[in-house]
Amino acid sequence: MDKVMSNKKVIALYVLPALLLILAVVYIPIVLTGYYGLNEWNGIGAMTFIGLDNYQALIKDETFWGSAWHSLLLALFSGVSLILYLMVAMVLASRIKAANLFRKIYLIPMLLSSVAIAQLWLKIYHPTNGILNSLLESFGVANPPAWLAEPSLVLFALFIPILWQYAGFYILIYYAALKNIPASLEEAAKIDGANALQIAWKIKLPLAMEVIKVTVVLAVVGSLKYFDLIYVMTNGGPNGASEVMASYMYSEAFKSYDFGYGSAIGFFLLVICLIATWIIRKLTVTKDTIQYS
Amino acid sequence: MMSETAGQLQGGMKGSGGGMAGKLGYVLLYTVLIAVAVLQLFPLVWLLFFSLKNNQEVFNLPPLSLPMNPHWENYGKVWSAGNIDVYFINSVWITVAATALTVVLGSLVTFAVTRMKWKGSSIVLGLFMVAMMIPVHSTLIPLFSLFNNAGLIDHPLSLILTYVAFNMPITIMILLGFYYALPREVEEAAIIDGCSVNRMFFRIVFPMTSSVLATTAIINMIYNWNEFIFVNTFISSDAYKTLTVGVQNFIGQYTTDWGAIGATLMISILPILITFLFLSDRIVEGIAAGSVKG
Repeated sequence: MDKVMSNKKVIALYVLPALLLILAVVYIPIVLTGYYGLNEWNGIGAMTFIGLDNYQALIKDETFWGSAWHSLLLALFSGVSLILYLMVAMVLASRIKAANLFRKIYLIPMLLSSVAIAQLWLKIYHPTNGILNSLLESFGVANPPAWLAEPSLVLFALFIPILWQYAGFYILIYYAALKNIPASLEEAAKIDGANALQIAWKIKLPLAMEVIKVTVVLAVVGSLKYFDLIYVMTNGGPNGASEVMASYMYSEAFKSYDFGYGSAIGFFLLVICLIATWIIRKLTVTKDTIQYS
Repeated sequence: MMSETAGQLQGGMKGSGGGMAGKLGYVLLYTVLIAVAVLQLFPLVWLLFFSLKNNQEVFNLPPLSLPMNPHWENYGKVWSAGNIDVYFINSVWITVAATALTVVLGSLVTFAVTRMKWKGSSIVLGLFMVAMMIPVHSTLIPLFSLFNNAGLIDHPLSLILTYVAFNMPITIMILLGFYYALPREVEEAAIIDGCSVNRMFFRIVFPMTSSVLATTAIINMIYNWNEFIFVNTFISSDAYKTLTVGVQNFIGQYTTDWGAIGATLMISILPILITFLFLSDRIVEGIAAGSVKG
């Protein structure tokens, strides 16, 4: 048995195709992106090694830090919206008859492509014929704004479809976690006279904490690298007001053909995502030890 | 047993005392849930409506008016005139090819990692799992130049390879749980009978995983169908574009024809909606399995 199951040839045959592919498509490129960042390169011609120039320029680049700030704001919004999702999931997990149907309906936007969602919301936000402003006008709002053209509004306007798109996903995860909590705990607490709010706060929340931590990482890191929807809806505009790190990288590389600088941004994005993951894990781990000690 | 008695006790209390308040509470909860459901569905219903209208109706009638004489020709028009048929077929075959490859390669890795005995297995598994944290955007520029050097820019293979690689971690993650739970007796019996590993995997283990394979395949298909940034970056000719980028380009040219835009968007999301109608349980299961275990 052991001999057959440790046949090196078979193992290599089974593992290598996928392993080589992931090395070539994921791992080698992230090393290369760091290296390209050390060069001046238009993507076609010869590379010129310029050391840390791109990275130094990046640190001083206000447009980049502006885009990083917008990404961070999106991450904050996403983090806060988790509270909303968790509340809906708590309602859903409290002996609701059609809970399964509800969570399926909630999930639908998450299954659609970001491009379709972006195009749909472009129409929703359309200044004159969009459903949003039509509704606002019918409620008597005189001059509803052109949502995506206002630098002060555009980020919030972009965040609404993101909230809409991911709601079902997080509600689904939270619902599953809450349903995993043994009903006997809740009932014992009820007998002891705890009300619904106390049960939610003192029993359900701590027991769902593991899952909540995972979702915070997913939401924050997901927002830091958010791209598709913003690229389609505003392409970073108006005037850079909705530029995020990934969209800035994309336009530097594939519009300005500055592959070296674009790579440097891509490498920063990678480092920022990894650091964010690490920080959140660290923060939530300490919380955890306090909780169970 | 315990919970049953407690449940009865609670039910009894409700019947005698807090009935009215309890009912009111439930009405409130359902109101919240229904409101969220309406918010989630409303934009899509509106999309369906304007996909069946012409511009005159879109601009002059109230936005929520039903399309009284539906313009189905919007769909026919964009299907042929907008190249949408070509994009659709590309989306189908690229999605299917990438999904099949991911599921088979992922199964081989998962089998080797969970069932076979070898030294670096946990390191290899770790490499696959860590890949999940890497933002695709950070690989985009190097991938573009690698594919460019390999002559794969504007070639569907560039898409299939990247889809397979980037979906591999989540595929393996969903498969792992199932493989760990598979009984070993079957394999032992097969090997005692003189069955080779290959034969055992393809004839016994692989078919046994069919239900989790279906789940992973559907999740893969949804991701591949919706993928945008790689197509947008690697593919330039219309002959190889998929629906996401095709739709984006098409709409860019016809910004003012609402009916055509609506019909194009509906065509691009309908396959997903129909799949969801029939396989929602599997999709829910797959999304839950692929997210929390990380």
